[in-house]
Amino acid sequence: MRDITMKHTDAVIIGFGWTGAIMAKELTEAGLKVVALERGPNRDTYPEGAYPSSIDELTHNSRSELFQRLAKTTLSIRYTANDEAVPYRQLAAFLPGTGVGGAGLHWSGCHWRITPEELRLRSRYEERYGKNFIPEDITIQDWGVTYEELEPHFTFAEKVFGTSGQAYKVNGEIVGAGNPFDADRSTPFPLPPMKNTYSATLFGKAAAEVGYHPFDIPSANASQAYTNPYGCQMGPCTFCGFCSGYACYNYSKASPNVNILPALRQVPHFELRAECDVVQILTDSTGKKATGVLYVDAAGNRVTQPADLVILGTFAYNNAYMLLLSKIGTPYDPSTGEGVIGKNFAYQNENSIATFFDDKTYTNPFIGAGGNGVAVDDFNSDHFDHGPLGFVGGAPFWVNQAGTKAIGGGPLPDGTPEWGSGWKKAVKENFTHVVSMNAHGTNMSNRANFLDLDPTYKDYLGRPLLRLTFDWHDNDYKMAAFTVDKMKKIAEAMNPKAMKVSVKKPGQHFDMTHYQTTHMGGGVIMGDNPKTSAVNRYLQSWDVSNLFVVGSSAFPQGLGYNPTGTVAALTYWSAKAIRETYLKNPGPLVQA
Amino acid sequence: MKLRHLLTGFALALSLPAFAHGANAQTTNGSADAATIAQGQYLARAGDCAACHTAPGGKPFAGGLPIQTPFGKVFTSNITPDADTGIGNWSEQDFARLMRTGVLPSGGAVLPAMPYPSYARVSDADMKALYAYFHQGVQPVAQQNTPSTIPLLGIGRYPLRAWGWIFGPGAGVAETSTTSADIGGSDAPSVARGEYLVEGLGHCGACHTTRGIGMQETALTGTSPNYLAGGGAVDGWVAPSLRGDNATGLGRWREDDIVALLKTGRNQHTAIFGGMNDVVADSMQFMSDNDLHSIAKYLKSLPAQHADAASYTYDDTQSKALFAGDASARGAQIYVDRCAACHRTDGQGYARTFPALAGNPVLQTNDPTSIIHIVLSGSRLPGIATAPSSLVMGPYAKVLNDQEIADVVTFIQTSWGNKGSTVTADQVKAMRNTATPVSP
Repeated sequence: MRDITMKHTDAVIIGFGWTGAIMAKELTEAGLKVVALERGPNRDTYPEGAYPSSIDELTHNSRSELFQRLAKTTLSIRYTANDEAVPYRQLAAFLPGTGVGGAGLHWSGCHWRITPEELRLRSRYEERYGKNFIPEDITIQDWGVTYEELEPHFTFAEKVFGTSGQAYKVNGEIVGAGNPFDADRSTPFPLPPMKNTYSATLFGKAAAEVGYHPFDIPSANASQAYTNPYGCQMGPCTFCGFCSGYACYNYSKASPNVNILPALRQVPHFELRAECDVVQILTDSTGKKATGVLYVDAAGNRVTQPADLVILGTFAYNNAYMLLLSKIGTPYDPSTGEGVIGKNFAYQNENSIATFFDDKTYTNPFIGAGGNGVAVDDFNSDHFDHGPLGFVGGAPFWVNQAGTKAIGGGPLPDGTPEWGSGWKKAVKENFTHVVSMNAHGTNMSNRANFLDLDPTYKDYLGRPLLRLTFDWHDNDYKMAAFTVDKMKKIAEAMNPKAMKVSVKKPGQHFDMTHYQTTHMGGGVIMGDNPKTSAVNRYLQSWDVSNLFVVGSSAFPQGLGYNPTGTVAALTYWSAKAIRETYLKNPGPLVQA
Repeated sequence: MKLRHLLTGFALALSLPAFAHGANAQTTNGSADAATIAQGQYLARAGDCAACHTAPGGKPFAGGLPIQTPFGKVFTSNITPDADTGIGNWSEQDFARLMRTGVLPSGGAVLPAMPYPSYARVSDADMKALYAYFHQGVQPVAQQNTPSTIPLLGIGRYPLRAWGWIFGPGAGVAETSTTSADIGGSDAPSVARGEYLVEGLGHCGACHTTRGIGMQETALTGTSPNYLAGGGAVDGWVAPSLRGDNATGLGRWREDDIVALLKTGRNQHTAIFGGMNDVVADSMQFMSDNDLHSIAKYLKSLPAQHADAASYTYDDTQSKALFAGDASARGAQIYVDRCAACHRTDGQGYARTFPALAGNPVLQTNDPTSIIHIVLSGSRLPGIATAPSSLVMGPYAKVLNDQEIADVVTFIQTSWGNKGSTVTADQVKAMRNTATPVSP
């Protein structure tokens, strides 16, 4: 174990998931020498994704093959600031990745654009429902960037990802049966929509019958063989059902590894170093300028990588973690509401209904694709009148049949025993006759939910663990009850023999033992005021101008949609500002 | 005039900084000008000199790559301009003599693994450029050559000189060399230019032509129907015919298909594998479009070796059976379970992404070496500048036993109109130990 200082580089990127890969491509195109550091191992379609070992559920999902190594580092969790947080040896509610590709290698592939209304959520609600509508404990705010500004980047990201979908409106013209709530697009999707499973077809038909507006989920699972603008190739999805938690064996699911890294491998001034765990962003004596990063490599060496520009692109909440460790920015204090690092951590609020059919109706839930399905957007964003409802946010509903597997199993009717012959009988009767649907709801940032450093527990490098303080609040229970009630109308119209409704009840705590989603955000939020945000509208740190913090950490509140499409567009937006403005004249892009 | 056209063509093709800033013909110390050196670099890529003379992980052109022969191991030599260990002291005449006849300045001869019978075709101007590149464009590396393990070579290289006399292209060719009139211009694609590149520096025949009793290529020019009609197994790979044969050669391909394969390693029909991976990655991808079209035009000009052989016709019997759920044919169930996700039940694959098996020329012969090898080892397309995805088929050696591989290969060789031979478990067993899994 030695102290090593590497040769200076123009830019260093912390984390090699989607944001790191996009930034690496953009910055090397601008001529910069780029070093990307990834804490986990190298991963690729081969060998990690090689068929048939790639579709081993025990290895991948049960034993966390592609997920964060909790024996090395984890996080501690508590409900409120008055509780003592405890470190988790197993995660279940969310599953952060590690390794080259990050969560972008094991994601599902639902590829959305944030709605224009959500980008100015606070202003929108105050304008439509009055200044006093938003409850006091809800700390939502505008993003500081508009849909029109992001639109070209949504478009380009979809081309890079090879996204399959049906557009509704292109340049003001209605072009097809897409999502009628969608904002205007400049181009159709690069690939036509995927085929639908039978379960999604049943859902879509019933949704239309009750007056909702079903459409195909935009999916970064390729509906056809595809070559993206970087020359990277995808194979068509086979609906094998092994997306979330797995490296796609067929080059069908977009990932940094499939869609960007091959092009970067052709770039001589790019270097990717795996198994390099960054412990600190280094700053000069003023604390206003980053000078590089310090990391620990696989051999345990402490390595300094000097750089002119630092890009922080780790998983969601880890961006706040790295800034807290590096003492950059003011940590959030929930008692005063002041400080910004760790503020506005937000998640998602997912509720579901399982419908059970007779033994003549085969839904074959083992078939599937992570980004595939039929959705309705009638009760998402601000697509409906919140005035009489008294809550902020909403949920898209969908049947997103991603492939039910043997160990994870599928839903069973209420009253089924947890084990034994009664359980076996129910599995046998229901496994191929069930349709599950989700209300994939928003979670509004709340002043009581935040991230900071744990005062007690440390990880394998002696770093304090990240501490997550999180629980559900009134707004969440109200939103859950309302949206599930609306989704239930679809379920009823499908005419099942039985139904199982799972919805958060008032007072119910955050449950770490059941999977919900891995869509967390906030902690390093964007905005137009350094008192209430950590990065400006270009994702540039207000405190250290040669540091850009990219990812869902910038989201001021949680979305109904999956975050990746918005994360990718924001990263291209940030990269454009770096390339076109920052590099010509390094310094703050927005005056505080 | 032809020569000037040629140089201009190379300059455009290479886009080296020296050219980007205008013609740069200045010479220092009486040495070659930058254009000539750049032309030499281009030609060295056309000849894929690095394939043998740069060892994996080694310095460029410093040699040391082991080549296994039936008689022992030989190591490629240092061809950097280092005076003591490389070819720094060689005159241009020494260099040209070696390239055309295999005879060293010391009087000995090199092994015929060095394709000098093909390089004998290289024009004087191109030979001059290659010499300039290897003396002024390559970094000298002090690295002693590794002695071969073939006992005979310790005594002297006279047997090899004799090999050159017997199997070389003939004294006439070697001494007069090719004139610029024969090599075609590079300003527009031509059959003549393609012939010059394929028969000369490209040394395509080294793999794609069968070898005779003395390991010599049985033909060196397109005038023989053996030339490029498919080679024997080298390292467990059989290079297919490049002649106009409909089923087994390039008869069904258009000129653009050949260009796409050479430039990107993949085209509408298929993808490269085996020894061709390095040829595209290290050599062909750097060729100008004009030269690639010349090569394609020349290959398309070669008539079928067996004009009377049956043409390939797609037969949908198996795809219909599989679609109907009938996987009773030998190997069919394994094919559906292990192969069809990418190559499809109709054997058509996906253009540029997953190669078609139906009608693939590799699957129409009595020699299943390559297909068994691919199933055992898997295959990786090289990621290259214009097609960076290094698409991989994983190895099946640990997934399927000898009989299962024999069954599925038989299914592939005999379905969709393919006319390849059936395969036995013994044929798979014979290759299992030498077929290494594709590297991560």
